[in-house]
Amino acid sequence: MLKISQLVKRYGNGAPVLKGLDLEVPGDSIVAIIGASGAGKSTLLRCINRLVEPSSGTIELNGLKLTDLKGAGLRAARRRIGMIFQGFNLVDRLTVMENVQSGRLGYLPTWRAVLRRYQKEDIRRAYELMERVGIAHYANKRADELSGGERQRVGVVRALMQEPEILLADEPTASLDPKTSEQIMELLRSLSRELSLPVLINIHNVAEAKLYTDRIVGMRFGRIIFDAEPKALDKAAMDEIYAGVPAEERGEVDNVMPLKVRNA
Amino acid sequence: MSAATDSSPQKWPDSWRRPPLIANPILRYGLITAVTTYLVWACFMLPVDWQRVSQGFARAARIFNGAFPPSFVRSGLLIDGFLESLKIAILATVGGVLLSIPIAFMAAKNLSPKPIYFLGRALIIIARSFHPVIVAIIFVKAVGFGPLAGVLTLIVYSVGFVAKMLAEKIEEIDWGQVEAMRSVGAGYVSTLIYSVFPQIMPRQIGLSIYQLDSNLRASAVVGIVGAGGIGSTLANAFGRYDYDFALAITIVIVAVILLSEAVSGQIRKRIW
Amino acid sequence: MVSMDTTPEVWARYTPRERLQRFAVFLVTMVAIVWALTSIDVIWPWVFDAPQQMVDLFGRMVPPDVSNLPSILWILLETVNIATIATAVAVFVSLPVAYIAAQNTTPNAATLWLGRFILVSSRSVNTIIWALLFVAIFGPGIVAGIVAIMFRSIGFIGKLLGEAIEEIDRRPVEALEATGASRFKVIVYAIVPQVMPTFWAVAILRWDINLRESTVLGLVGAGGIGIILQGAIDTFNWPEAATVLLSILSLVVLGEVVSAWLRKRII
Repeated sequence: MLKISQLVKRYGNGAPVLKGLDLEVPGDSIVAIIGASGAGKSTLLRCINRLVEPSSGTIELNGLKLTDLKGAGLRAARRRIGMIFQGFNLVDRLTVMENVQSGRLGYLPTWRAVLRRYQKEDIRRAYELMERVGIAHYANKRADELSGGERQRVGVVRALMQEPEILLADEPTASLDPKTSEQIMELLRSLSRELSLPVLINIHNVAEAKLYTDRIVGMRFGRIIFDAEPKALDKAAMDEIYAGVPAEERGEVDNVMPLKVRNA
Repeated sequence: MSAATDSSPQKWPDSWRRPPLIANPILRYGLITAVTTYLVWACFMLPVDWQRVSQGFARAARIFNGAFPPSFVRSGLLIDGFLESLKIAILATVGGVLLSIPIAFMAAKNLSPKPIYFLGRALIIIARSFHPVIVAIIFVKAVGFGPLAGVLTLIVYSVGFVAKMLAEKIEEIDWGQVEAMRSVGAGYVSTLIYSVFPQIMPRQIGLSIYQLDSNLRASAVVGIVGAGGIGSTLANAFGRYDYDFALAITIVIVAVILLSEAVSGQIRKRIW
Repeated sequence: MVSMDTTPEVWARYTPRERLQRFAVFLVTMVAIVWALTSIDVIWPWVFDAPQQMVDLFGRMVPPDVSNLPSILWILLETVNIATIATAVAVFVSLPVAYIAAQNTTPNAATLWLGRFILVSSRSVNTIIWALLFVAIFGPGIVAGIVAIMFRSIGFIGKLLGEAIEEIDRRPVEALEATGASRFKVIVYAIVPQVMPTFWAVAILRWDINLRESTVLGLVGAGGIGIILQGAIDTFNWPEAATVLLSILSLVVLGEVVSAWLRKRII
């Protein structure tokens, strides 16, 4: 259970990017956060694992107050939060296996990390997860030899290797072509179900959000102005969230066909 | 974690090694052994007088004691040395840049016949391969101590760099402009002036400024073997154990080098 | 520039202002050259005599005397060792220096300035001047040479490596910080792999430069082939000096070939 209350973030002396935001993500739901660029979606996600330092407010994950932590305590907490990035953020010159194992860095003794002497159970788990997402045969390839969709799968496995209690995904499909991006959304949804893992996804493709998530949170100017299940997101709500944004930039294209709609 | 294990449980290994850079194990271990052996051998072969080295720290302490505070008492000598270095650098740059133009044309594949091309290349390789200090001691023997040997040394040094860069630039020129000049019936010299020179001129000016900067640096060094300039002043100070004056000279050299680097960087930014 | 409504009768490539600027630059250059020419302390008859002197000198070098070739080659090998050992040590020492001299990895402002100070002082003092100092400290010999080359190389390698660290892709660093990895592990996994190609390129380049520099250390007493060259020149043994010069030339050319090959293989 993730609980955010009265979260404020301001950079320097400018106007706040997040203005006293409250949000609860219970259990294993998959939640999409939508909103125009600059609404504060990315900042919100990065405040949760403290890649961005919140100005005030509290964030709690399963009873642990993340906003109080420092140093080793913060690093231990970050292990429990997996993150997936828009640009995949892999280390190009390392192999897929090393990228995947870097999700274990928080747990691993330093000498093992430096010498790449990973523990047996970690290697077994890495292969299982890579097999699950279909990249196990790439273990020895360098990350920059893979296609975009495959790279994002490496990113997903890296996050899962952390044995996270929650998964944050920052525009995970924005750098992918439509077909691949649906595959990744489908993967995130089924992984969320299999591992009973809450997933928080920033996304600007509203059609995908509606199709693959259980709940949609709409942000505008650092506040949450919509929070309901996907079918409640009607034209009026969309207009409010994206007021002043041209329709083609809303990613509102409704002709997205799901590849295989399971459990939908 | 149940879902991930339901496919073949023991299909994948539970150990993993990073694929080595060199796939062939014999070659890999052979190379590692060879390099290690060489390094160990090289370290053991060094004729080191450990007793002398062990006195080093005491000596270092004495030298630094002697060097602090730096003495600017003989600043007249210091300024004279610097002005001489500057003159050496200027004349060597002018001479070197002028001389490197014909050599660069000789060494440009697209303009010269084969034998001349090889001659030009050989001149450049020789000029580049010898450290200016080596060139300097030869000139000092040939023309005597003093700034003349410095100027001649740095001319050779400039040719090694400027002619090489210029030859590369000439080889890259847009051949269409040359053909255009030829098609209107221009002679060899006017073809050079109207179609080749304009293309290489900006590069040449930038190179000259860069070379003036590096000649100023190098003139501090060639002076140590007697080729005039501030280097001679520094070597003399060291030879007479005037460490405080030597430190003063070194400080000024560093300051001038930083200044000249900044100035030449600014000028080149404007020109390019 | 040319105005639209009047057709000028003379064509000029530059505007008057540009012409004035160019003329000023030309004038300053000329004055500098004339000043240097007229005030430099040379005896002009010697200048006109110089070509003759050079021809004489090279005449005396022919034919090169190869009777000492084995010992020359042995010291040449020692020269290579100086360059290699010094480069290897400098590469390791420059790693922490580059780390604290790069804006994005340095712990705080004090370490940043310390790093920059080390780089600037190392780079601005030439190898030969470092050698003078270390010969005075350690006495004549190879140790002084190795330490001198090392000191000069730290600044060179550290500067280029520091710039490479400043240009890395921030995103993998962010990703690994998000996994809860410690600072050291983030460096090993996200920064080191990105800097590796530059690291090798710079190390090879510096080795090539150091090979050249180590040939002159002997002239100030810091070991290597320079000692033999100095000896031959001081005793006017020009045929042997010629052999030494030719062997230095081949060493440097060979070094360039080797480093070009390494660069192609590794990067």
